[in-house]
Amino acid sequence: MKAIQNIGLVIFLIGLAVFAAVPVLGTYKLDQNTFDEIVKEKNIKSDVFIQAINQNVVSKDFNGMLSLSPAISSALDAANSQHRKNKEYKKVIYTSGHDMAALVGKKSGAGFIAQNKGLMWFLTFGLGIIGALMFILPNVVLLGKKGIKNDGIYHESATNKGWIAWMVFVFLVSFYLVLYFRPEFAVNWTFLVDPISQSLSGNPAGHWFVYGFMYCVVMTVMAVRMYIKYRHNVYQMVRTTSVLFFQIVFAFLIPEIMVRLQMPYYDFKNAFPLDYDFFFQWNLKSLLDSGGIGLFILVWGVVLTLVIVPVMVYFFGKRWYCSWVCGCGGLAETLGDPYRQHSSKSLFSWKVERWLIHGVLLFAVVMTGMTLYSFFTESGTVLGIKTQSVQNTYSLLIGAIFAGVIGTGFYPIFGNRVWCRFGCPLAAYLGFVQRFKSRFRITTNGGQCISCGNCSTYCEQGIDVRAYAQKGENIVRSSCVGCGVCSAVCPRGVLKLENGPEQGRINPTEVLLGNDVDLMELVNKK
Amino acid sequence: MEHIVIIGNGISGVTVARHIRKLSDKKITIVSAETNYFFSRTALMYVYMGHMKFEHTQPYENWFWKKNRIELLKGFVTSVNHEDKTLILAEGKELTYDKLIIATGSKPNKFGWPGQDLKGVQGLYSKQDLDQIEENAPNKEVCNRAVIVGGGLIGIELAEMLRSRKIPVTFLVRENSFWNGVLPSGESEMINEHILEHHIDLKLETNLVEILSDENGRAKAITTDKGETIECNVVGLTAGVTPNIDFLKESGIELGRGVKVNRLLETNIKDIYAIGDCAEQHEGIGNRRPIEAVWYTGRMMGETLAQTICGNPREYSPGHWFNSAKFLDIEYQTYGWVFSERSKKEHENHFHWRHASEKICITVAYDKDSKKFLGINTFGIRMRHEMFDRWLTEERNIDYVMEYLKDANFDPEFYSHYEEEILSKYNSVMKTNLSPKKKSWKRIFNKSPKSQPMRHS
Repeated sequence: MKAIQNIGLVIFLIGLAVFAAVPVLGTYKLDQNTFDEIVKEKNIKSDVFIQAINQNVVSKDFNGMLSLSPAISSALDAANSQHRKNKEYKKVIYTSGHDMAALVGKKSGAGFIAQNKGLMWFLTFGLGIIGALMFILPNVVLLGKKGIKNDGIYHESATNKGWIAWMVFVFLVSFYLVLYFRPEFAVNWTFLVDPISQSLSGNPAGHWFVYGFMYCVVMTVMAVRMYIKYRHNVYQMVRTTSVLFFQIVFAFLIPEIMVRLQMPYYDFKNAFPLDYDFFFQWNLKSLLDSGGIGLFILVWGVVLTLVIVPVMVYFFGKRWYCSWVCGCGGLAETLGDPYRQHSSKSLFSWKVERWLIHGVLLFAVVMTGMTLYSFFTESGTVLGIKTQSVQNTYSLLIGAIFAGVIGTGFYPIFGNRVWCRFGCPLAAYLGFVQRFKSRFRITTNGGQCISCGNCSTYCEQGIDVRAYAQKGENIVRSSCVGCGVCSAVCPRGVLKLENGPEQGRINPTEVLLGNDVDLMELVNKK
Repeated sequence: MEHIVIIGNGISGVTVARHIRKLSDKKITIVSAETNYFFSRTALMYVYMGHMKFEHTQPYENWFWKKNRIELLKGFVTSVNHEDKTLILAEGKELTYDKLIIATGSKPNKFGWPGQDLKGVQGLYSKQDLDQIEENAPNKEVCNRAVIVGGGLIGIELAEMLRSRKIPVTFLVRENSFWNGVLPSGESEMINEHILEHHIDLKLETNLVEILSDENGRAKAITTDKGETIECNVVGLTAGVTPNIDFLKESGIELGRGVKVNRLLETNIKDIYAIGDCAEQHEGIGNRRPIEAVWYTGRMMGETLAQTICGNPREYSPGHWFNSAKFLDIEYQTYGWVFSERSKKEHENHFHWRHASEKICITVAYDKDSKKFLGINTFGIRMRHEMFDRWLTEERNIDYVMEYLKDANFDPEFYSHYEEEILSKYNSVMKTNLSPKKKSWKRIFNKSPKSQPMRHS
């Protein structure tokens, strides 16, 4: 069994190595027709740029994106600066050099990778999936009898912030940096999944399709791990299935199929303000131009945030969204599960958390207010501040760096819910409802707590669960996503996630159940 | 300002300190030689197993003590001079007190076995024991086999710990079935099976005779009263614990096995109190033993004594008995009294149900004449403490408890429920015709004033 795991690990690492190498490999040859098409499609008016590309790029062989990308961006920068100097603002190209390089790369990819998509898919995704499953499946036997098996978590380099964890950190951060800031290097990845994209939406894959597909693959494989690890715990099995279903069907398949049906791309479960650009002008325009379905999406998006989300939180707690439906939560609960113990439980972190997450919520609300004001008044500024630049700042700082690079990249170091705990504005909103108007709580079982600390250690949201449990007090915290792991790891059956009457939900106690009843009455009454 | 000195920073000492602070402005000092900060003793096993780091076993952050003006003094108390109200510490330092609380806990039993002080022989109680097991048994290459002597809760925890590092374990148990001095036979047998499932070499009715030494004074083997010699590198002595009170022998404080206390937790000497594992009641309270070496009782004594210290004298008068443990993968909870066949009284009858394939069972004790519910043991099913506490207070009969069992279920959502199966067996055994009542939030939250503290939010 151990041998199977080791072979699996090797296969996985080969797949990973090929995947990591692909972005800088491959050849590109841009022919004249294709370039003309790009010029037309992007409505490029810069004769300087067109001439430069015609001269230096068209019909030439480029070996790898490292040589193609500078050729494109330098031509673009040179052209733009000349136009700006000459005040020919109509000719300025607003597409970034990286996006332009990605576009050119996608259309001009030649050579082995672009011609052997199926094989390359197998050598990357295929080997990764096979290797990972060979590594994971033997645990059915190796983990022994069913039950909580956290043995060795703090002895392993990978799960105890050792060198493996730091390697994973570097890989994840790099991956997100490429995705958000250097899309041209993702071009070769898009070739691998072109056939899948074609079969769904009918279009070739972009780098966000790569991300979406990979997200589903990673979640599926790591969900298998969850099923094995928590095979004694039905709550975890059901929850994992739910979150996987919503990712694959709602976040991935339905939007792609909608595109095929000439409808707007929309993830029906992605609620504002997590879906922060829902009210952006371009999105509202696109929805309003899409007829009935566009209007439906518009109404649905508003109703989802204002009615469905809070009502569901009232009945079930924010877990219904954060650990049963949400994509960010889905990745955290599958890929992130091995890292859940790294969230800081200190009071200081809790203070930082409250400032940050509510700050982001405020930011999102103010930005959306400005957006809507600008939309209806058709003015680009609010009180002298450019709406567009506020949106760009949010997209960069919160959308890309916080949610992506830090949110997922920092899994192995700061735990799997960095974004959900410190940044997600939707989580902040749900948290208010959960804290002040909800039937959800984690019930503490009388006096049974032995203060061992398993619950706090494995709380991915950094809640010091034990601080409540050892006082016999129910846990009612806005940040709790109801993953249920505190209850799972408790060796004494102290914690239970429940939806019950609001009365008595918050029950601070000084003296715990089991002691002198008169003393309890005396002390707890105060 | 009155100076309260507490010897011992375990759950009892820390609980009494916290509650004194809540109630008063007294100066509080906790003396401990074991660790700088309070930690959860019951969690030491998880550190060795790699579930947690030692710091995770500390329930309060380090700033907590200063903020609450609880002074922590690292030191070993060698003697108590009650006439001068002074403690003598190991380095000759002295500490004066106005009121002294002894909360020094337990130490592992040693019954005079030959070789019991060899290297590689240890108990599992203190932080030092944890450090030692890490040194003695870091992996299965250094420790080819460990022998554990004594089949109680610590013994099975130590076995689980060593198995988590794939170290072969032989488990010597004096009784003919695991812990059957406490557990009824059906449960004890199920745990026997589970121990074997975990590839632990369980030897029942087997006693340690001698621990053999190698040339370096390290344990190399043990012999049993069955004439067997078992080679091993580590011997775990887990045959119970005894109060840790050697330093009090000359103090004039009345000692039995533990520090003798009355119901106010006072010793024979004014202004000296004892709580937790090391305290011994002159007479056991109800069915309780005079010495209760249990986490929960230590906490309760701390909660109670703080009242007395702060001018509201209260007897230690614990409510209904409850306890919990975990045997490898099987969680165990108990509410009220369920005695084993060896110790139960004539009027106590048991109803036992065990799942056909899973390691799940319950035993309900009742009075055979009045059918009054006496207590329940559950294995693999979590139960709601408040429900059983209330049913015990209300003196319900067993039929009532069986009918309303769903109210008491505390398993996570979506778990299989066994109440119907349990009740159908109950009906057939007891010749009754009960049907299970649906779970009701209204009943669960309906607090009768006698059994429930007032709650506010």
